Amino acid sequence: MSVVPDTTTKIAFTDNDTKFNTDGVTFIVNPYDELALTKGLEIAEANGGTVTVCHVGSSSSDAAIRKALSIGASEAIRIDAEPLDSQFVASQIAPIAKEYDMVITGRESIDYNGGAVCGLLGAELNWPSVNVVTEIAVADRKATIEHDIDGGREELEVNLPVVVSAQKDLCEPRIPNMKSIMQARMKPLNVVPAIEVTQQSEYHTYDLPPAKQGVKLVDASDPAALVEMLKLEKII
Amino acid sequence: MAILVFVETQDGKYKKAGLEAVSYAAQMNAGEVTALCIGEHEGLDAVAKIGASSLVVLPDMGHFDAQKVSSAISQVASNLNVDTVVISNSYAGKDIAPQIAGQLKASLATNVVSLPNAQGEVTRGVYSGKAFAQVKLNGAKKVLAITPNSFDILDNTQTAAMKEVDVTISEGGVVLKELKKVTGKIPLTEAEVVISGGRGLKGPENWNLVEDLADELNAATACSKPVSDMEWRPHSEHVGQTGITIKPNLYIAIGISGAIQHLAGVSSSKTIVVINKDPEAPFFKAADYGIVGDAFDVIPKLTEALRNN
Ligand SMILES: Cc1cc2nc3c(=O)[nH]c(=O)nc-3n(C[C@H](O)[C@H](O)[C@H](O)COP(=O)(O)OP(=O)(O)OC[C@H]3O[C@@H](n4cnc5c(N)ncnc54)[C@H](O)[C@@H]3O)c2cc1C
Ligand SMILES: Nc1ncnc2c1ncn2[C@@H]1O[C@H](COP(=O)(O)O)[C@@H](O)[C@H]1O
Repeated sequence: MSVVPDTTTKIAFTDNDTKFNTDGVTFIVNPYDELALTKGLEIAEANGGTVTVCHVGSSSSDAAIRKALSIGASEAIRIDAEPLDSQFVASQIAPIAKEYDMVITGRESIDYNGGAVCGLLGAELNWPSVNVVTEIAVADRKATIEHDIDGGREELEVNLPVVVSAQKDLCEPRIPNMKSIMQARMKPLNVVPAIEVTQQSEYHTYDLPPAKQGVKLVDASDPAALVEMLKLEKII
Repeated sequence: MAILVFVETQDGKYKKAGLEAVSYAAQMNAGEVTALCIGEHEGLDAVAKIGASSLVVLPDMGHFDAQKVSSAISQVASNLNVDTVVISNSYAGKDIAPQIAGQLKASLATNVVSLPNAQGEVTRGVYSGKAFAQVKLNGAKKVLAITPNSFDILDNTQTAAMKEVDVTISEGGVVLKELKKVTGKIPLTEAEVVISGGRGLKGPENWNLVEDLADELNAATACSKPVSDMEWRPHSEHVGQTGITIKPNLYIAIGISGAIQHLAGVSSSKTIVVINKDPEAPFFKAADYGIVGDAFDVIPKLTEALRNN
């Protein structure tokens, strides 16, 4: 589970554009990971079992981890390190993940947008991995999975263990209630140290997309004029 | 130095995104470029003229099983001793890129939108289109997944030859039960023109407006989040921060207000046209062209104008 800036955040950088400016930013559970968690709970309820949330990050993520516990996870593991990139995250999670029957990640984190942790974990654990999953049903240690492909969808069958990544449509995220929020305070949040891994990438600087020059308005009575303009600029 | 490029095919034809990847690799100027494709293909010349000096063809493996394909590509990469593998950032590409990086113990960057600069950094999209990051990959081997529609396909003819590489096709872990292709549709992430509708269109019964316009421009169709939440349109069309991030040459937004989460996924589009009846709609600030007007009145006229052109 990744913890990301709230979707309304106006992105800005500090320290000569080398750091994300966290001033006034609310951090939330990555939206795809809420789906992953909810689906995990549904599968555990149907098959017997529990769900553990695992996060690579600092104590500033603890509030979001508590939220995940209040949604229904039984326990949490936080690997105490700055998540440097998807590869770092996957290497940290793999030794823990190998004890489980299934790992569900999000399709991507909405900050790094690597979309990579699922496939990296598959490679590292030597498990099959299925990306952008819109449906999963598990019975007798076999998963039936629907996932998005370019221009369509396919249905697959795979034996556990497996890594999958959650796509919208997988389920409706569960909303914690007062009672589950109280219970979450008692659930274990285990903090473990990071393992040594080679750093694969370095994020140096950031920039924002160039601002638009200002909109050219076309009169509503004459949309043909828009067609002319787009043709003139060789856009169509 | 050597570069391996995976060229995706569809019905035996090279996909445009795959050719963009070959052209990208050639422009890296970092050594010989080998193109790789699977099964039926268009031959050597089509990749040689944009900079590949060899083509490896792997046997057809049936349905696209990411595990099998990535294992085969990793074997070719090791065999040819390449230092960089270039893949397009399609669904298929995003599926195999991390697995190949894992297998080759290579450094990975997805969403890449620039060639490496003098410092060896590449630019990748982050914060779902709200920003870009300059990233240095440290590994001796690298896997780059490049965003479709980010690079031109340039002529750069090479003398080229077919290359044979022995690979062992592994047993995949997944079994295909059913393939549900949305036939005749251009995948959203690769489309050059995208026509998108929002809540302003009032209901799914009005989507013929969007589709007729899309037909004229050979465009893919997309929608805002509430539209897919209300099931007016399939979720696979939902663009934005929690949907698909797209980068077409032309994005036409109809009846979409332009919320920050929507803009995140579409603001990298080269040209944005906004049609909205509210002159204060925030989307106009992010647009290149705009029409303030009622979609039900404007869109049929626009479609008609294109048809007559
Ligand atoms: C966590 C989170 C994630 C989100 N992620 C996304 C995302 O990924 N993608 C996304 O799109 N949204 C996302 N949203 C929702 C976003 O905040 C907006 O609510 C949404 O984009 C609005 O959709 P809309 O523009 O279609 O509808 P509205 O905001 O209702 O806008 C409709 C527009 O249509 C115009 N209109 C009405 N009638 C006509 C007419 N006849 N002709 C022309 N124009 C007309 C109106 O003037 C208005 O501007 C997210 C929200 C949250 C909280
Ligand atoms: N720091 C992290 N800790 C735990 N899981 C993460 C972390 N970052 C990413 N993930 C998981 O990997 C998915 C894909 O992330 P990414 O490769 O960054 O797009 C996310 O949706 C999460 O499920």
